[in-house]
Amino acid sequence: MARFMPDWLINFATWCAEIFYSWPDTVQYLLVTLLKIGVLTLGVILCVAYSTYFERKVIGSMQARVGPNRVGWHGLLQPFADVIKLLVKEVIVPSQSSKFLFVIAPLLSLTPALATWAVIPLNDWYVIADINAGLLYVLALTSVGVYGVILAGWATNSKYALLGAMRSAAQIVAYEIAMGFALVGVLMAGGSLNLGDIVEAQSGGFSNWFLLPLFPLFVVYWIAGVAETNRAPFDVAEGESEIVAGFHVEYSGVAFAVFFLAEYANMVLISTLTAIFFLGGWASPFEGWTILNDFSWTAWLTVGGLHWLFIKMCFFMYTFFWLRATFPRYRYDQIMRLGWKVFIPVTIVWIGVEGAMAWFEVGPWAGLSG
Amino acid sequence: MLFHSILFYVFAAVMFSAALGVVFSRNPVHSVMLLVLTFFQAAVLWLMAEAEFLAIVLVLVYVGAVMVLFLFVVMMLDVDVEAAKRGVSRYAPLGVGLALLMVIELIQVIWLRSREGDVASGFAATPEGYSNTEALGAVLYTEHVYAFEIAAVILLLAIVAAITLTMRKRPGLKVQDISAQVAVRAKDRVRVVKMDAEKKQ
Repeated sequence: MARFMPDWLINFATWCAEIFYSWPDTVQYLLVTLLKIGVLTLGVILCVAYSTYFERKVIGSMQARVGPNRVGWHGLLQPFADVIKLLVKEVIVPSQSSKFLFVIAPLLSLTPALATWAVIPLNDWYVIADINAGLLYVLALTSVGVYGVILAGWATNSKYALLGAMRSAAQIVAYEIAMGFALVGVLMAGGSLNLGDIVEAQSGGFSNWFLLPLFPLFVVYWIAGVAETNRAPFDVAEGESEIVAGFHVEYSGVAFAVFFLAEYANMVLISTLTAIFFLGGWASPFEGWTILNDFSWTAWLTVGGLHWLFIKMCFFMYTFFWLRATFPRYRYDQIMRLGWKVFIPVTIVWIGVEGAMAWFEVGPWAGLSG
Repeated sequence: MLFHSILFYVFAAVMFSAALGVVFSRNPVHSVMLLVLTFFQAAVLWLMAEAEFLAIVLVLVYVGAVMVLFLFVVMMLDVDVEAAKRGVSRYAPLGVGLALLMVIELIQVIWLRSREGDVASGFAATPEGYSNTEALGAVLYTEHVYAFEIAAVILLLAIVAAITLTMRKRPGLKVQDISAQVAVRAKDRVRVVKMDAEKKQ
């Protein structure tokens, strides 16, 4: 590597490194952490920008259209055009609204969506805060996200917005319980609340993932995740056909863009979390397949890393769009019925099954007892 | 240690002002949001005391679930501030009495602690590799297992009781019968009538 660099560059790099190492440890740690946060946030925002493009292309092809193809090569600059359009639009604050809450509501929904990334391991070393209670932290922060939606609905002082907020609050509270129970199964299997340890517990290839032994919990977690993000077919909070746009009906310009960013950041988050909890996170599905190591061109398949997490995340993002393009919106009473009367019993039964199987060391659960 | 003290006092001050705001705010929704802020500050103080599990659970349970329901109810109710103000003078003696009682209790606790010399040392640092969650679980499921189970049963009873009290069968109640909806066939809803064509009058 070094021989491709000119001398002055090497000298400059050494000089920078010397300065960096001369600082006190606290400052070094602070700088590294800030850099990690910056890189991760930028990555998430880029993911969000391109998932809007991905969504429009996927839904376009499912509906036999081409999707965006005007700005840039195959429409690849479309997300930036959209962002610039939203940034230069005027933000209108309704005159009878509660102004302070109206303005902070979008921030309240964006902050938890980004803050949750602090504990998510992207590969075996890139995690901003490797804390013991990571899973609890994820649960706590995702449950805080609902405030943005409720406050937006109330502060707008409009009946449509309030209706949307009410629907969203009831729905999120209902599905959070099923989500939490599904995660109880994951932490029983992983034997830890640390997300890195949960990924480690699934190492050893596809058969060691929690996907198969915890399949009902996986289905419940994924569907509850779709409901938590207020995406189709659970998007009654927005419900264009009956309440215009629900909680964000009066938001325009940057304020709307922040809500939009929060929704898509939450989708990326739920996709990544599902991959971490049930699909082995950054682990490779072919880990331990010795036959792949025999050829030099397939050996890389067995190595885990960020790219596997990214592929799994993209798969779930695709599923989000697939659901949106193919399912009609759920009726409100059906949503409540599914959440309370189907998902919660399923998760409770499966936690019982998992406990009993681990206790008697039966089948694939034998190793799960920890 | 100085940095810790500064952080502690900053968070404590925000928590104290937010708590005052809960009481003095005129708008019930603002009160609820200030209470959320108070809980967050309390969670941060617990984090500083290295009680991570309790801090995160405080946010998860109180901020994520209880306060959402509070906000839900407060938004639906149209609280009459004037009527509430009239109530203040009636209940003021009782409120002041309760507040005094709590202040006396707090002073007693702090005074007793200071006599034992616990206060000056600040929060006790936990050893390396010590997991809060594990330590709590180990005690909760062994030593205090009966108390824990009894508390769980009492909570379950409260849930069942609350649902039973509100789920009364009143006349004219409209409910969805999903199995009936699914079992509907075309012939239940549409009747094909055969009749001769009528002549124009």
